[in-house]
Amino acid sequence: MLPYFINGVTAGGQYALIAIGYTLVYGILRLINFAHGDVFMVAGLIMVYTSASMPMYIALPLVLILTVVLGFVIERVAYKPLRQAPRMSLMISAIGVSYLIQNLAFYITGGLPQPVTHPIPWISDTITIFGETTKRVTIITPFLTIALVFALVYLINHTRIGMGMRAAAKDFETAQLMGVKINSVISMTFVIGSFLAAVGAMLYFTNYPSVAITSGGMPGLKAFVAAVFGGIGSIPGAVVGAFIIGICEEIIKGLGYTTFSDAFTFVILIIVLCVKPTGLFGEKVTDKV
Amino acid sequence: MMKKIFALVLALAMTLALVACGGGDDGTADQSSGEKVVKIGVFEPQTGDNGAGGKQEILGMQYANYVQPTVSIGGEEYQVKLEIVDNRTTAENGPSAAAELVNRGVSVVLGSYGSGVSMAGGAVFSEAGIPAIGVTCTNPQVTSDCDVYYRICFLDPFQGTVLANYAYKELGVTTAYTLAMLGSDYDQGLVYYFTEAFKALGGTVVAEDFPEGSANFVSYINNAKSAGAGVIFAPVSTNYAQLIIEAAAAQGYTGDLLGSDTWDNNMVVESSKGKDVSVKITTFYQEGGNPEFDAGIKEWMNANPDALTNNGGNDMVSAVTAMGYDAYFTALQAIEKAGSTDPKAILEALPSVSYEGVSGLIEFDEIGDAKRDVAYIKAANTESGEWEFVKIQGVN
Repeated sequence: MLPYFINGVTAGGQYALIAIGYTLVYGILRLINFAHGDVFMVAGLIMVYTSASMPMYIALPLVLILTVVLGFVIERVAYKPLRQAPRMSLMISAIGVSYLIQNLAFYITGGLPQPVTHPIPWISDTITIFGETTKRVTIITPFLTIALVFALVYLINHTRIGMGMRAAAKDFETAQLMGVKINSVISMTFVIGSFLAAVGAMLYFTNYPSVAITSGGMPGLKAFVAAVFGGIGSIPGAVVGAFIIGICEEIIKGLGYTTFSDAFTFVILIIVLCVKPTGLFGEKVTDKV
Repeated sequence: MMKKIFALVLALAMTLALVACGGGDDGTADQSSGEKVVKIGVFEPQTGDNGAGGKQEILGMQYANYVQPTVSIGGEEYQVKLEIVDNRTTAENGPSAAAELVNRGVSVVLGSYGSGVSMAGGAVFSEAGIPAIGVTCTNPQVTSDCDVYYRICFLDPFQGTVLANYAYKELGVTTAYTLAMLGSDYDQGLVYYFTEAFKALGGTVVAEDFPEGSANFVSYINNAKSAGAGVIFAPVSTNYAQLIIEAAAAQGYTGDLLGSDTWDNNMVVESSKGKDVSVKITTFYQEGGNPEFDAGIKEWMNANPDALTNNGGNDMVSAVTAMGYDAYFTALQAIEKAGSTDPKAILEALPSVSYEGVSGLIEFDEIGDAKRDVAYIKAANTESGEWEFVKIQGVN
């Protein structure tokens, strides 16, 4: 069972990094940013192209920067003009962005999965732990995820921009009236979400080294499930939800029900929502960001 | 009202843009000079899970077309024009891509790589009465369920049995683990025939499936390890093959990875490079089988940057490329024998075709399948990142 558990924790960590992006944006804009999974995929593609053409110490920061820029631009171009529009328009705009990104990636890659020819050194080494062989990234992912979550919680609770985010999450209009620069707060939310997605992509595509245009689909969907599962809008909820889903999924595979590993994820979502419609941590409305 | 009209116009514009994109492949010279032209349809995936393999198969046809751009029909020279469509790997897209070829007025169709999409396209070709020559679609139903489908490669019952024999007798393995994608005719078919043969020999098989779009194969490898399997047989798309190799290497799997003809791809062998894995596959052709063909196509590919990119960035000759080359010449012979560009006449001429290709002699049986009784086994050299010939394996 141990190797399955380790894998589950790793998968959970990766989902968590994406899930935070969903939950942050939802907390502030009440928008489900469907393009988030595709931002994750683009980060993977950028990594493939940059790591093949330049040294790692330039390539990796570049992945982070370009992904953050992408997230920022998406918000400015596709969501900001719709600030006063009905929420449904915003959601459709998000779906549009998602397909636009996928099709652009389709055009650039020619529709073929791009193999990661230059995986990030050190973390892609194979190591042995408790008699089981795995990649170092498997062990690092959950710890890095937790560390980033703590950093994020600190940012939200103890910095000025974090205060702005909390204010905007609580009451959008009032925060604006009280002098919170709402546009920069929202931009910051997208920047943080994209940054975490980029980190997630680096870890994910070190483990599964091939980036297809649909690569963002499943992880994105599962991260979204995790965010809803934990109570959308809640960061601890998203993280806990992601770990539960990751671990359960791998254990199910370990028990031999490989065919149902994906179906299970969605069954668990339905059950949780039936029993607890707001998700695991959804009731604590004070904790939206 | 204005808004509605605007939306409608926008939607139309987008549809047109899509159509324009779809037709972007046929940028070859327009035959308006009054020259006689015979069109050969190429029904291959260029995108999706099998996109890489499909592109390599097309390369073989394009090279063949470069070597032999004309055919003589009833004493007259005809230019051969390849009409290439992208069937996007999946069965859902097969019929529309096939219909596109029918609309372009092709005389005969080559392809596809992948069985599911061939079956889906077969119905359309059958209705239009256009003969199709399967290149590397190995599922029996492609020809048995379709009156116009012929094929030049071996079949899955044969391939599965060959691999089972190889695993049991040559590798001395008694427990095998099979991994196939849910909903893939090709994967499931091969696993079925492999399992039948392996059990008949006295071995045991542990079978598992994965859903489409999976990326994490680590748990599957762990399952294979805990089952004590000496081989993992995974007749999956190139895309998944790479991920399985990666996962097997990361988990330190010590047995052999057995692959089918889909694994015969540069990207697969590249992904095994520098890793501690043993990859063995069955295929149609091994580089070196026909030095003259190898040298010719390498020269051609190196002169065409696009061809080199489509081949995965190097000039290794993939088996499917050789098969694409043979399929083209098989079609040319059928056209010559028919003495006409009429699909019906070509269909009637196909059973009598006998062509000595680079991958061996091609003759059809009454179902329309090529008579083949051996497969090449090759192994990935993890140091150089190239395929190495192991042996020629039959079913005994």
